[in-house]
Amino acid sequence: MNVKVIDKIATVIFYTIAIIITLILFGLLCFILVKGLSGISWDFLTKPPENLRAGGGVGPQIFNSFFLLLLTMLFTIPLGIGGGIYLAEYSKPNTITYAARLVIEVLSSLPSIVVGLFGLLIFVQKLGMGFSLFSGALVLMIFNLPLMIRITEQSLRAVPVEQKEASLAMGISHWKTITSIMLPIALPGIITGTILTAGRAFGEAAALMFTAGMSSPPLDFTNWNPLAPNSPINPFRPASTLAVHIWKINSEGLIPDAAQIAASASAVLVICVLFFNILSRWIGKLIYKKFTAA
Amino acid sequence: MLSIIIITVITYFIASKGLSTFFKNGINLFDFLFGTQWKPEHDTTPLFGAFPFIFGSFSVTILAVLLSTPLSVGAAIFMAEISPKWGAKFLQPVIELLIGIPSVVYGFIGLSIIVPFIRNTFGGMGFSLASGMIVLAIMILPTITSVSYDALKSLPSGLKDASYALGATRWQTIYRVLIPTALPNILTGIVLGMARAFGEALAVQMVIGNVQRLPSSILDSVSTLTSILTLEMSNTIAGTTYNNALWSMALILLLMSFVFIMIIRILGKGSKLNER
Amino acid sequence: MVTCNNISLDQKDIAIETRDLNIYYGSKHAIKNLSMQIKKLDITAFIGPSGCGKSTYLRALNRMNDLIPITKTTGKILFDGININDKNVDLATIRQKIGMVWQKPNPFNKSIYENIVFALKYYGIRQKQILDEIVEDSLRKVALWDEVKDRLHKSALALSGGQQQRLCIARAIATKPEILLLDEPTSALDPISSGKIEELLFELKQDYTIIIVTHNMQQAGRISSYTAFFLLGDLIEYDETNVIFTNPVVDKTNDYIMGRFG
Repeated sequence: MNVKVIDKIATVIFYTIAIIITLILFGLLCFILVKGLSGISWDFLTKPPENLRAGGGVGPQIFNSFFLLLLTMLFTIPLGIGGGIYLAEYSKPNTITYAARLVIEVLSSLPSIVVGLFGLLIFVQKLGMGFSLFSGALVLMIFNLPLMIRITEQSLRAVPVEQKEASLAMGISHWKTITSIMLPIALPGIITGTILTAGRAFGEAAALMFTAGMSSPPLDFTNWNPLAPNSPINPFRPASTLAVHIWKINSEGLIPDAAQIAASASAVLVICVLFFNILSRWIGKLIYKKFTAA
Repeated sequence: MLSIIIITVITYFIASKGLSTFFKNGINLFDFLFGTQWKPEHDTTPLFGAFPFIFGSFSVTILAVLLSTPLSVGAAIFMAEISPKWGAKFLQPVIELLIGIPSVVYGFIGLSIIVPFIRNTFGGMGFSLASGMIVLAIMILPTITSVSYDALKSLPSGLKDASYALGATRWQTIYRVLIPTALPNILTGIVLGMARAFGEALAVQMVIGNVQRLPSSILDSVSTLTSILTLEMSNTIAGTTYNNALWSMALILLLMSFVFIMIIRILGKGSKLNER
Repeated sequence: MVTCNNISLDQKDIAIETRDLNIYYGSKHAIKNLSMQIKKLDITAFIGPSGCGKSTYLRALNRMNDLIPITKTTGKILFDGININDKNVDLATIRQKIGMVWQKPNPFNKSIYENIVFALKYYGIRQKQILDEIVEDSLRKVALWDEVKDRLHKSALALSGGQQQRLCIARAIATKPEILLLDEPTSALDPISSGKIEELLFELKQDYTIIIVTHNMQQAGRISSYTAFFLLGDLIEYDETNVIFTNPVVDKTNDYIMGRFG
């Protein structure tokens, strides 16, 4: 048995692994899309779910998912970019910064259910927000903030130091240099990262079960008063998102067509995530082109 | 600056709440950690032995990592060394996409493919430790693969060239030179995968059956810390011993993620030392 | 250590002066007790092998080393009669009066026009007419006006390397500084572009004090009136350029000029 034969065998094994993984991955995608797409119709996408009978839709859940995402990003983006700027530009290499970094790292690896339970404790119970979109958005913010901060920091650090020096050397303040010179250059990275963060928030379920709640009140899509309990844009109403809904119908098993609805809802979820992925790549490329060509 | 403060406050709150429930609930720490009987609603002598859940969490995590690691590292090596063209163009985007697939979708797939498969092949219910292991292994596969891939790709190319120049075959180069050098970072990927598996709630809960006792084989149903939390947190009343016991389990999850972070930090230091 | 500093100027001829300047870069003593005077409205060149401290010293003159947290600068930097190496001075004012150009052209990711007016707007100049005038004037001074006057609002990054570097000089002089610090401004450019920049510097010395760090000894010989030779953080020899290049006092200077090291 010489080294060349072993090398050949190893190569074959690696090819096999690659093929197995590709098959698994494609099997999954195909399974969801094939099984799910057949159940997707205009009715399914717009109708409210049924509690006991077959034939329900996921309209409110889709709306909730996007609305919650919007609320979450409203909190996450300013805080995340602020934190990233602080860490990249203002923090001094001392114990506080070290501690802050450690805390961010810990926070980013917390299981989402733990974050969800924390939200239950603080936002839902202690601060009395109840099961609401608002509580859910705050929890998702905690969940996504570390990622957002890290993305901003990395993008800012990737800005060529010459650009920063050129601005500072003309006597321009640090803050103005950051906002006018560095942020525009860091923007593609920040946007790409933000979209990926959004995808993560979109599919999250465990953190939302105990904060945004597992059910939606009947919604009246003609009522745009944000304080009315049946208004879709009221941020203080409970709301189940698409991901939570999938979990709920599977574990409760009360509706006869749970499997089909779960498959279709999963397909919708996967297509959205796919869309976020493609969007982030596309925007990244577009901005990159705009800045380098000209 | 504001966000730093917020984060610090939050961490403080999680820790203090977790600890206070642990001291307030009045049950023996040892009984909680190692007791095998979980009968929280027994009228006269409720028992809070969380060991079956702790065992469930650890066993399903370790099994998933054991199953996933060879495949993931193999895939990373394939992408980085054997066929970079296919790797970069094809496998990498697919793996990035798979990181983004929500965990409920994995759970649903497990429920509709893996559980019936186990039931039909090995008998039993199908809802089992084995199903949980497979679902988690697939879930963490992209995590481990992408970290290992980055680790292998960031190795200086001189290293590889030097090995080939000495007449080593590709396998010898991978096995003797590349893997040992990238090992700290590959291990980091494995620990990240482990952390994800340990903290995953819904996907696991959907396929493992949620029977609240110790399993006797991997085809038995089990519960994990996350699955019991998912199911029972909304069924218990705040302030009861039962509810507090659940919070203590959340604290275990929190502490475990600290442990994972510590391991990752230590590995990170190790890899920096190697660079010198 | 044998050193020789033959330049001692009248107070009115001094653009900037350092006294016992020390710069520490972490534990490294990068500049050692450096005292020198720079002549007004003339070109002074700093030469020396890599790592000799010439760039570090140049960056100290408009406090750019402040950006690197581990550096510490002691001693005096006298400019317009005040010590600018002092915590209380306003960095914006100093940097407005002491401009800088780098080795690698680094125009902002903005239009040609915006590159020049960015700092002016920041200083509060808003009238379009004045801004337009300054843009034209600065670009004419760097002989770039005719090449770019039709595309002032196109991205500066579309310019060639040499044009970009001239734009950077135009950007630096737009704020009407007294001193221009140039850190190897031609080493990233082709010979033709370098030649243009050299001619330009010759023109500019009528209005600005120019200090140039260069690796290229011929360049130092061609354009500067004074030359300082640095080695390992020490100012080895400082004299009129023709003396340094024809009749240096210190052996090490001679070795370097003759190409025996570095």
